Amino acid sequence: MTGRKAAGREAAAVVLRVDRDRCAGSGMCVLTAPGVFDQDAGDGRVLLLDARPPAGPAATAAREAAGLCPAGAIAVRAAPAPDR
Amino acid sequence: MSQEPVRLPRDRAEDHPLDPPPGLARLREERPLARMRYPDGHVGRLATGHATVRAIAADPRFSSRYELMHYPFPGGPDGPLPPAPPGDMTGMDAPEHTRYRRLLAGRFTVRRMRELTARVERITTDHLDAMERHGPVVDLIEAYAHPVPALMICELLGVPEADREMFTRRAAAVFDAEAPVEEQTAALTRLGEYVHELALAKRKHPTDDVLGELTRTDLTDAELAGVGSFLLAAGLDTTANMIGLGTLALLRHPDQAAALRAEPESADRAVEELLRYLTIAHTGARVALEDVELDGQVIRAGETVTLSLEAANRDPARFPDPDTLDLRRKATGHLAFGHGPHQCLGQQLARVELRVALPALFTRFPTLRSAVPPEEVRLRRNTSVHGVRRLPVTWDEG
Ligand code: HEM
Ligand code: SF4
Repeated sequence: MTGRKAAGREAAAVVLRVDRDRCAGSGMCVLTAPGVFDQDAGDGRVLLLDARPPAGPAATAAREAAGLCPAGAIAVRAAPAPDR
Repeated sequence: MSQEPVRLPRDRAEDHPLDPPPGLARLREERPLARMRYPDGHVGRLATGHATVRAIAADPRFSSRYELMHYPFPGGPDGPLPPAPPGDMTGMDAPEHTRYRRLLAGRFTVRRMRELTARVERITTDHLDAMERHGPVVDLIEAYAHPVPALMICELLGVPEADREMFTRRAAAVFDAEAPVEEQTAALTRLGEYVHELALAKRKHPTDDVLGELTRTDLTDAELAGVGSFLLAAGLDTTANMIGLGTLALLRHPDQAAALRAEPESADRAVEELLRYLTIAHTGARVALEDVELDGQVIRAGETVTLSLEAANRDPARFPDPDTLDLRRKATGHLAFGHGPHQCLGQQLARVELRVALPALFTRFPTLRSAVPPEEVRLRRNTSVHGVRRLPVTWDEG
C-alpha cells in the first residue's frame, strides 16, 4: 500500500463496464482514451480494449472518457484493493 | 414563481460579435431554466446553464421529434414543425433514430475519419497554393473556408471528380448569406436532386465511399437520398463557418495565433477551445414527453425546451473566465457538438478538418491579417449557424 504515492492527480486503477445498447458511437471515448476504448468498424459502437486500466494516465483518461460520453454508456468504479 | 416568460435573446453586441447575445448571460445568472415565449405563442422553456442543458440533452424523457416541437426562432410555422423527412435523424427519437445512427456511426468512427487526414492535407495545400498564386487580397471564405469542407463532403458522398467543380459551386450558392432566400432555396433543391440521383446511381454501381456503403444496407431509396442530403446540410455550412469564424477569432487575438503557429502540435486543444468559444451551432431544442422535475421546477409534458449551447459553453460554473479565448485551456466537455444520443455524428471529421486547416493557414501566411478594419467585417445575423459572410485577408508577400 505504501511506496506508491503516485504523482498527486493520477487516478487510481479502475474497472470499466460499457453498455453497448446505450452507446451512440460518438467516438468521444476513443478520442480521449485510445488505448482503453475502440469502436466497432461496422456500427461504430464502443469496444472495451482494457477493462482494468492500471493506475496512471490510462485510468485518468478512462475516467475522463466516462465523464464525456454523451450517452452515459461507460461505468467506472475503483479497482478493488489488491490482495494483502 | 410565475415570472413573465422571456423571449429568446438573439442580438449580439455590435462590438462583440463573437460573443453570445448579452441577454443570455443575464438569464444564465438569474433564471438558468426560464419560461420562454416562442414566436408562435407557445410557452415553454429556455435552458442556459451548462449542467441543465447537458442533462436535458441526454435525458430520454425529452424528445427530438420535430412534430412535437415549437420553433424557437421567428419565421417558423404557426404551431409545431413538420415531421423530419427520411434521413433527417436529428428530428427523430429511438428506435427510428437508433436505426440511422447505427447504420451511419461505423462510417464516422475516429479511425475512419483520421484516415482522411491525408486527403484534408492535400486539399488544404492546394487551396493555400492557389491563394499564394493569386496574391492578396482574397476572401478567405470563398478561397478556403468553404471549398475545403465542400470537397470533404464530396469524399464522403463519393461525388465523381468531374462533378466536384459544379458541386462546390452550387453548395456555395446554398450557403451564400448575401443571396436572396429564393436563390438559396433553389440551389439547395438542385443540390438535393443531384445527391438523390447520385444515391440511386450508387445502387447500381456501388462504390466504397459512405454513400456507396449505405446502398448495401436496408435503407430505401428515399432514405438513402435523404441521408445524403442531410449529411450535406449538416456537415458543410457548419465546418465552413467554423474555419471562417475561427480564422477571424485568431486574427483578433494575434497572441493566440502566434502560439498556434509556434506549436502546431497544440492544435487539438486549440480547436476544442475555438469550438467552445464560438459555438457556431448555438441553439438546440427538445420537448418534454412527461412532466419532469429539474432544478426545482417542473417542466410540463409538451413544453419545448430551447437549449442554448452558446450560453452553456460560456457558463463560469463550468469554464473559468469563460469569455476569454484561451487556446491553452482544456475546453473538453463543451457542448458545441451537442450532447446525448444526437451528439454530432460528424464531429470526428470536423475535428480532423479543423486541426489541419487552421494551423496550415496560419503557418503558410505568418503575416495574415484582415484587409479591412474590424467594424467592416460582415458577420451573419440571426442565422441558425453563426459565421462570417466575407473575410478579406491580406499578407506580406515575400
Ligand atoms: C464544426 C462543425 C460542426 C458543428 C459545430 C456541428 C454541430 C452539431 C450539433 C450541435 C448537433 C446536435 C444536434 C442535436 O442535438 O439535435 C449535430 C448533429 C449532427 N451533425 Fe454536426 N456539426 C458539425 C459538423 C458536422 C459534419 C462535418 C457532419 C457530417 C459530415 C455532421 C453531421 C451531423 C449529423 C448527421 C447530426 C445528427 C446526429 C443525430 O441526430 O444523431 N456535423 N451537429
Ligand atoms: S463515448 Fe460513449 S457514446 Fe461515444 S462511442 Fe464511447 S461509449 Fe459510445
